[in-house]
Amino acid sequence: MAERSFKHEVQKLKIAPGEEFEGEGILAVTKALLQSGVAYVGGYQGSPVSHLMDVLADASETLEELGVHFDSSASEATAAAMLGASVHYPLRGAITFKSTVGTNVASDALSNLASGGVTGGVLVILGEDYGEGSSIIQERSYAFAMKSQMWLLDPRPDHASLVRSVEKAFELSEASRTPAMLTMRVRACHSHGRFVASENRRPSFTVRDALDEPRRDIDRMALAPATFVHEHEKIADRWPAAQAFIKEHGLNEVFRGENLHIGLVVQGGLYNSLMRALELLGLADTYGATALPVYVMNVVYPVVDSEVEEFFAGKDAVLMLEEGQPEFIEQILHTTVNRMALTTRVHGKDMLPRAGEYTTLVLLKGLRRFLQKYAPSMLEQERIPEGVRKMLAPKVTPIVPSMPGVALDDGGPVLPRPPSFCTGCPERPVFTALKMVEKETGKHHISADIGCHQFAALAPFDIGATSMGYGLGAAGAAALNVADADRRSVSIMGDGGFWHNGLTSGIGNAVFNQSDNVIVLVDNGYSAATGGQDILSSRGAGPTRTASLPIAQAVRGIGVKWIRSVSRTYDLKAMKQALLEALTSKESGPKVVVAQSECMLNKQRRTKPQVRQRLKAGERVVVEKFGVDAQTCTGDHSCIRLSGCPSLTIKDNPDPLRRDPVATVESSCVACGHCGEVSHAAVLCPSFYRIQWVRNAGWFERLSNRMANAIIGSVQRRLAAREIRYAA
Amino acid sequence: MRPLKIAILAMGGEGGGVLADWIVQAAERQGFHAQSTSVPGVAQRTGATIYYVEIFPVVRGTVEAPILALMPTPGDVDVVIASELMEAARAVQRGLVTPDRTLLIASSHRVYALQEKMAMGDGRMDSAAFRTRCEGASRQLVLHDFSELAEKAGSVISASLFGALAAAGLQSLPRELCEEAIREGGVGVAASLKAFAAGFDAGTQGHSTASEARLNAHGQMDPRLADLAARVVRDYPAATHAMLNAGIAKTSDYQSRDYADLYLRKMDEVRRLERDRGDGTFRLTNEVARHLALWMTFEDLPRVAELKIRASRFDRVRQEIGAAPDQVVRINDYFHPRLDEIADTLPPALGRVVSQSRIARSLLGPFTRNGRVVRSSSFLGFFLLYGVSRFRSIRQYSLRYRREMSEMSDWLSHVQKASDQDYGLACEIAECQRLIKGYSDTHARGMRNFRTIMSVLAQLPASGAAAKVRQLREAALSDESGAALGELMRGISLRTSPPARSGSPSALQA
Repeated sequence: MAERSFKHEVQKLKIAPGEEFEGEGILAVTKALLQSGVAYVGGYQGSPVSHLMDVLADASETLEELGVHFDSSASEATAAAMLGASVHYPLRGAITFKSTVGTNVASDALSNLASGGVTGGVLVILGEDYGEGSSIIQERSYAFAMKSQMWLLDPRPDHASLVRSVEKAFELSEASRTPAMLTMRVRACHSHGRFVASENRRPSFTVRDALDEPRRDIDRMALAPATFVHEHEKIADRWPAAQAFIKEHGLNEVFRGENLHIGLVVQGGLYNSLMRALELLGLADTYGATALPVYVMNVVYPVVDSEVEEFFAGKDAVLMLEEGQPEFIEQILHTTVNRMALTTRVHGKDMLPRAGEYTTLVLLKGLRRFLQKYAPSMLEQERIPEGVRKMLAPKVTPIVPSMPGVALDDGGPVLPRPPSFCTGCPERPVFTALKMVEKETGKHHISADIGCHQFAALAPFDIGATSMGYGLGAAGAAALNVADADRRSVSIMGDGGFWHNGLTSGIGNAVFNQSDNVIVLVDNGYSAATGGQDILSSRGAGPTRTASLPIAQAVRGIGVKWIRSVSRTYDLKAMKQALLEALTSKESGPKVVVAQSECMLNKQRRTKPQVRQRLKAGERVVVEKFGVDAQTCTGDHSCIRLSGCPSLTIKDNPDPLRRDPVATVESSCVACGHCGEVSHAAVLCPSFYRIQWVRNAGWFERLSNRMANAIIGSVQRRLAAREIRYAA
Repeated sequence: MRPLKIAILAMGGEGGGVLADWIVQAAERQGFHAQSTSVPGVAQRTGATIYYVEIFPVVRGTVEAPILALMPTPGDVDVVIASELMEAARAVQRGLVTPDRTLLIASSHRVYALQEKMAMGDGRMDSAAFRTRCEGASRQLVLHDFSELAEKAGSVISASLFGALAAAGLQSLPRELCEEAIREGGVGVAASLKAFAAGFDAGTQGHSTASEARLNAHGQMDPRLADLAARVVRDYPAATHAMLNAGIAKTSDYQSRDYADLYLRKMDEVRRLERDRGDGTFRLTNEVARHLALWMTFEDLPRVAELKIRASRFDRVRQEIGAAPDQVVRINDYFHPRLDEIADTLPPALGRVVSQSRIARSLLGPFTRNGRVVRSSSFLGFFLLYGVSRFRSIRQYSLRYRREMSEMSDWLSHVQKASDQDYGLACEIAECQRLIKGYSDTHARGMRNFRTIMSVLAQLPASGAAAKVRQLREAALSDESGAALGELMRGISLRTSPPARSGSPSALQA
C-alpha cells in the first residue's frame, strides 16, 4: 500500500480507553482485535475487509509496541495455516478474508485446524460479499462452519455489538478449543458508527514466547489415528462446551416483547433490517421496542438447542429469518423441534424467498405473510408508507444496478452501468490488442481470471469465456490443449492471482503437461482490484516488505522457455506483436506474455501530489491531455468500441448538418495515450491529438515558442480571412 | 420521531463517499445520531453505487440509541441525491423516489453509459424522458447541472450537490454546519466551499429547464455568400433556410463560393421534385440539403490538414486545457494516411500510378505503414500540414473527387427516381448518406453498406419500401460486422449484386 496512507485510521486504533471511537465497522473490528490481546494477525485483502489489512499494514509501530505479529498473507490458505500457531500455544490469532472465495481457498487448512482444535483463541473474520454490489459467487459461509465444526458469529451490525462479539469470540474459542468465525456483511463493514473504546491489550503470551519454548502434542495434530478421536471430541466435548459458554455469557439475545403465541428468530446481521421492516408495519419503534418476541442469534452456529426450547415454549409458530440458501438454521430448528417433540411450527423459506438478499422490503413481505396466518389483527394497525405499499406487489426482482447480466425491474429506459477499466488503465490496451489480433487470427478460446482484467468480459471487449477462480486463469484452460492444434487457447492472469497460486497451478502445470497454450500475465504492480495492495512483484513496496521480484524471472525459473515482456502496454503495436507471435510461434511449450504497466489509479495517487508540488515550486511541468477534433470526427465511435475509456465519451455534434454525436475527451483524461495508439493501429481517423501544456517554461522555450507562433500566426490570419464561418 | 433518510446515487470517482461523510459530520456536530454505509465493491470501478445515510435528530446520550437501517427501503426515503440524470431515473425506477415524501436533488447532465457511447450512430437515451420521470415521481425536484457548477468552481460534484442539500433547509443539516464539515475534511476546502455555495444557490431556485439550441434560420451569414443566401430566401421555403444556409456555408468553406453555387444548383433540382411531389413538409429538400452538403465536403487529406491548422482550432485546444495566451502549448496530431489516401488527392492518372505501381508502393509504403504524430503547433509540423492543405486547389481534379461525384450522382438519381412514386422512399434514400462517414476502413464499411442498400432498392416491394430502407439503414448502423444487415436482407429475401464500380480496388478503401 505504498500509494495510500492510512495514518488517520491508525490513530483511531490508539485512542484512549473511555474515549469514543468513530469510524467504519471493519475498523471497529480491527480495534477490537487489539483490545482482545491478539498475538498475531494475518489475512488476504478483498472487499469488504481490505481495510483491516490496509490499516494494520500501516500500523507497524503500534503493533510492535503491543508485540503483535502481522503478515500480509500470500493467500487465504496461507492465512488459515498461520493459525497453526494457536494449536499448541495460548496465542490468540486472527485472520481475515472475503467469503466464500476465501473460505474456499482456506478450507484445507481450516479443516486441519478444526480437527485438532486450538489452545489459544482463534478468530476468522469473514467479509461476507453477498447481495448488492457483490463481485463473487453467491454462496454461504455457513457450510464451512458446519463441515469443519467452527463456530460462526453473525452479530448485530452495531459497533458496540461487533466489538463485544470479537472479544467474546476469542473466549468462546478458548472455552471450546474450537476456531471461531465472525461474518460481517458488506454494509456493516462500511457503516459509520461509534463505540466506547477500552484499552489495547498486550498478549499475555507472545509469538516470541512460543519460539522460545517450543511445544508439541501429537494428539493435537491432524494425523490418524488422532483424527478419529478428534471427530468424537468435537461432538462430545467441544460442542457442549460452546453451547454452555454462549448461554452463560448471553451471546444470543432475546427481546421478550409481549407474551404472544408467536415469535421471530433472526440472524444478528439481519436485525436492523428486521426492525426497520417491523417499524414500517407499525409493530416497532425506532428504538427496537416491539410486542413481538424476537430471538437474535448473534452466534448462528452452533444453535443452542436449550435456548431454542426456551424461546419456543408457549409459541404456536415462529418465523426464521435467514438469508441465503440452503436454509441451514431453519433445518436445524426443524430437527430440534422434532427431537425435542415441541409443538411449535417453524416457518422460514416457505414464507420468504429461497434465494437472494433479504432487504427490508423482502423481510417486510415475509412478516406480513406470517402475521396474516397467525396474528392478522396485528396487521390492522399497519401504517406502511404509500411508496412502500406500492412495492409490495408479488414480484421480487434482485436489483443490482451496477452488475451486468441482471435484469432490472421492468427494463425501463435506464441502462445498466457495468464496472469497467478506470481512465488510463494499462490493462485496456492488452485487450484492445487481443481484440485486434483476433481479427487477424480468428477467435480463440479465452480463459479469464479474477481481477480488474475480468472486466474485459464485458463491453466493449467481450473477451473471456470462463473464470474458474483467483489465479486459475491458466488452469481453467488446461484441458483445452491438444498437440498440433491449429488454434491455441489464451488465458489471462493478473499478478495478484499469479502470486496467489497461478505460478504453480497455471504456469507450472502448463510446463509439466507440455501445454502449447498462451498465457497473458497482467503485471500492473499491485493487487489492484482489492485496493492496490503490494505483492511480491510490486515495484514500490514499503520497507516492511520484500518485493520488486520480476514475474518473468519466476516464470523462467519454473521452466517456461518462451517469454515476451511488453514493458509498456500502451504500445499497442508491441502488444499486438507479442500476442501474435505467441499465437503463431512454432516453439513448443507454454507461451507467456508479460504485459507490464503500472495500475493507473495507483500511479495517479503517487504522481499527482508530486506534480502539484513541482508546480508550486515553479519547476517545469508538462501537463498532458488528449482531445478529439469535433471538426474531423464523423461520429462513428469506432474509437470507443476499441477502448471503452471512461474519459472518452460523446457530445452533441457542433456541425448543424450532422446528427450523430462526436467523440470527446473529458478533462479527467490522464494522457495514457491509448486512444491515439488505437487510432493509429486501427487506422481510424485523424481526430485525436495530444495537448502538451508546458507550465513554468524556461526563457528559451518561451522565446522559441513566441517566434514560431509569430510566423504561424501570420499564416493563420491569412487563412482565417478566407475561412467562411457560419454560426447557426 | 423517525430518522431522516438520505440515499446518494453516484458513480465511481464522483465523491459519493465524501458527500456521505460530510452529511454524517454535519449531523454529528450537533450531537445527533448518524449512520452511513455503502456497497462500493467493484462498482467503484466506474459503475454506479448507492450511499445511504440515516440521521436521528436526537442528541446522543439523552435517550437510548436508535436502530438505524443499513439500506434504503423503496418508498421510505426522504432525500435522494443523484449525481447524474440517468442515475436519478434509476432511483425512480428502484422506487426510492416517491411523490408522497421524496426530495430529489439531481444533476441534469448526462454521463453516457458505454452502450450509448458505443453506438455507430446516435445511441443516446432520451434525456427529456428521464426528466419527466423525475418530475412525476418526486415530491420536490431540484434539477440543475451540478457538474458544471462544480467544474466552474474547480471542485467535484459532491460539493455542489451538498450545497443543494443544505439549501433544502432540513433541520438536521443547517448551512453553517455543512460548511464546517467541508472545512474539517481539509482537502481542497476553498474550491469545495465555492462549489457548495453555487450548489446552494441552485438549490434555492428549484430546477432549470433545458434549452438545446440547434439549427435556426437566423444564423450570421458570411457577407461573401450574400448572393447565395439571397437565392435561398428567394427560391426556397422558410422551413429549409437553416439547412441550406448551413449547406452553402459548409461547401464554400470546404472549396469555394463556386462550389457552393454548384451545391445550390444541384439543390434546385430537388426543389423541382419537391414542387411536383412534395407533401408540404419539405422533408426531402431538408434531407438532401443536409446529406448533399456532407457528401460534397467529404473528408480528404487537404480538408483535414486545413482544419487542423486553423487559428480557431488552436484557440479551442488552448481553451480545452485552460492555458493562458502566453503559455507554451503543443498540439500533437495523430495521423495515419494510407497510400490510397495519398493517391486519392492526386489527379486520376497520377493517382492510379501511385496506388497501383509496384515501385511507387515500395517507395511510399514504409512512410504509410505506421501512424505519424505531427506537431501541428511547431514550425515544421505546421508547414507540412499547410502544404498538404494546399492540395485543395486541385481537389476538383483528384481521383477521389471524381469517384465521389460519380457515386453522388448515382445517389441523387436514386432519390429522383424514387420520388416519382414514393416521396417517403426518396427521403429515406437521401438519409442513407448518413452511413458514409469516417476514414479508411470505417469509410469503406459505411460505403459498402450504403452500396448494398442502393443495390437492393429495385427489389423492394412498392408498398412499405420507405420503411424497409429505414430498417436496412438502422440495421447497418447496429453492428460493425454487417451481421444485422445481412440477416435483415435474408429475412426479406433480398439479394445483393454489388455493382462493380470504377474498377480500382482502392475505391473500396477510400
